[in-house]
Amino acid sequence: MLEIKDLHASVEEKEILKGLSLNVKAGEVHAIMGPNGSGKSTLANIVAGKEDYEVTKGEILLNGEDMEELAAEERAHKGVFLSFQYPVEIPGVTVTNFMKTAINETRKAQGLEEMPAKDMLKKIREKSELLEIDRKFLSRSLNEGFSGGEKKRNEIFQMAMMEPKLAILDETDSGLDIDALRIVANGVNKLKGGDNAIVVITHYQRLLEYIVPDFVHVLYDGKIVKSGTKELALELEEKGYDWIKEEINA
Amino acid sequence: MELKEKLVSSFLAFENTVDIDAPVHDIRSQAIKVFEEKGFPTKKEEAWKYTSLNTILKHDYSVFPKEENALEFKDVKKYFLHDLDTYKIVFIDGIYSSHLSETTHDKIDVCLMSSALTKDKYKPLIDNYFNKIARQDGLSSLNTAFSKEGAYIYIPKNKLADKPIQIIHFSTGKESSLLLQPRNLIIVEENSHVQIIERHQSLTENPVLTNSVTEIFADKRAVVDYYKIQNDNQNASLIDNTYIEQQAQSLASVHTFAFGGNLTRNNLNFFQKGEGIDSVLNGITIIEGKQHVDHNTLVHHTAPNCESHQDYKGIFDEKATGVFNGKIIVNKEAQKTNAFQSNNNILLSDKATINSKPQLEIFADDVKCSHGCTIGQLDENALFYMRTRGIGEKEARALMMYAFANNVLESVKIPQLKSRINKLIANKLNVDIGFDL
Repeated sequence: MLEIKDLHASVEEKEILKGLSLNVKAGEVHAIMGPNGSGKSTLANIVAGKEDYEVTKGEILLNGEDMEELAAEERAHKGVFLSFQYPVEIPGVTVTNFMKTAINETRKAQGLEEMPAKDMLKKIREKSELLEIDRKFLSRSLNEGFSGGEKKRNEIFQMAMMEPKLAILDETDSGLDIDALRIVANGVNKLKGGDNAIVVITHYQRLLEYIVPDFVHVLYDGKIVKSGTKELALELEEKGYDWIKEEINA
Repeated sequence: MELKEKLVSSFLAFENTVDIDAPVHDIRSQAIKVFEEKGFPTKKEEAWKYTSLNTILKHDYSVFPKEENALEFKDVKKYFLHDLDTYKIVFIDGIYSSHLSETTHDKIDVCLMSSALTKDKYKPLIDNYFNKIARQDGLSSLNTAFSKEGAYIYIPKNKLADKPIQIIHFSTGKESSLLLQPRNLIIVEENSHVQIIERHQSLTENPVLTNSVTEIFADKRAVVDYYKIQNDNQNASLIDNTYIEQQAQSLASVHTFAFGGNLTRNNLNFFQKGEGIDSVLNGITIIEGKQHVDHNTLVHHTAPNCESHQDYKGIFDEKATGVFNGKIIVNKEAQKTNAFQSNNNILLSDKATINSKPQLEIFADDVKCSHGCTIGQLDENALFYMRTRGIGEKEARALMMYAFANNVLESVKIPQLKSRINKLIANKLNVDIGFDL
């Protein structure tokens, strides 16, 4: 599904990713952990198509296709979804209208007809119930005045609506209380299936109790320095990152 | 010959075409003197600091259309709100087109200024209202001097105009350049309601200058909704002088959709004359190229417990220039006034300009007045966010601009008009998605 090979990327001449490789297959859940400033959000943004970064070396393949030349919206049309660490407020655009536009623009790009209004409403109802989102919420301006937790829940609602092939969750657990965490995790787990993949970027092991990863990777200084199974996350939780830094520096 | 001299000397010829025994003759003669003395405004005047009329005054305008020109409805249908039953007062090159119009004298008068100014039965109303609130400045006086034709709307007490009224001015371009001076008078008596949509449309690239004056009187508890669609071609310039006098508990709103034209200047003046009045001034400006739109507003609060709400949004691309000058005067007696003004702008290009200037003159001590002005660009993070949801860059920009202008659109009370404005905006932004905000 997603293959990242020796990716080097920099912003304003500063190299942030320094030879990152990652291979995510359909049906898998990968967790990427690591200390602050290790390049986790950069990785998420680059895969989603943010243009502020310069890829100086390496490649990102989605189902074998090089994504370098694809704009953010084209990546979305091919099934890439990023749940933002800091979702952006868009005054004047309601959640419902935003989703309608997103889904229909994506369908248009995929050569499909617009989704009939009835189906759209049904889907919105289903997915908002899944995320336990109040109906009133849907007619509010996107993210405007939402609490941190509401924003994150709204991100996963959008994900559930878009049904992506590859979902990247960038610190979706930050700002969530335990109930919200369960709701969000439940929403993510509903998406899981044989033909899509999930990459969870997180600081803490907590979320991984609910979204159980097949693989856990440690990102440090722009590279994946250690990979393992879910036990690695527990070990990191217990011992912090210092032992990994020591291992590398040794 | 300079345009000013040409106009002054044309006045005699003009008088030959109208009845000099008519009661308005003295008003016209007085007005031409004022114009002769004051002339056209220049950038030296504070209120015209950012708008120069120099280039548009250089054309050798025809002051009187030489002949009647006709238009087929099918050719101009798109400029009408045709999916809505309305009264229509239509002018072609300044001359009334009975063919395209639909007027009435049934309970209400929706007809012509030329009748109102000449027929005896209108005399008491003309005596009472004509030229009573138009400012005695050069431009309005020029219009008064040549006042002859336009829309005359009279809604007597306790009447609801049963359908909206469209006032449309076409110019055909048969004259190589044309000066139009429509004069409208709208009287809405106690408890009465009216909705009016006004549009100026030039059909060719020949220069047109319209210097229009509209006087509106809203009596006690009257409700007046006025919509101005300014989406003209690039050689058409408009100076719109609108004066509204409101009595107690009346509600008057003017929406100005400035989407194009060469130079557009809106002088919009509200005079509140009683308590419990609400005045609403809303505008959306979306221009590009070298277009220029100047909104000059005045709200004068003279009595207690009144409100005014101004909300102007502007989107400027390429080398377009915009001006917003909003003046609010609150007299000493006008306690408990709530006066709000906001002017928000987006500049899409480095070469676009907006000059925004609030002017508050407050002499009462127990009032709430606020004004806010913002000038910014589209938020790049928001654009990226939308694009990651599959919305293309162009559409994402358009969606943001829609959202930006949306609360002004929300207050349009005629659904067909709202959807028309939506389409005009979509055209302006060059997108084809059915945003339904």
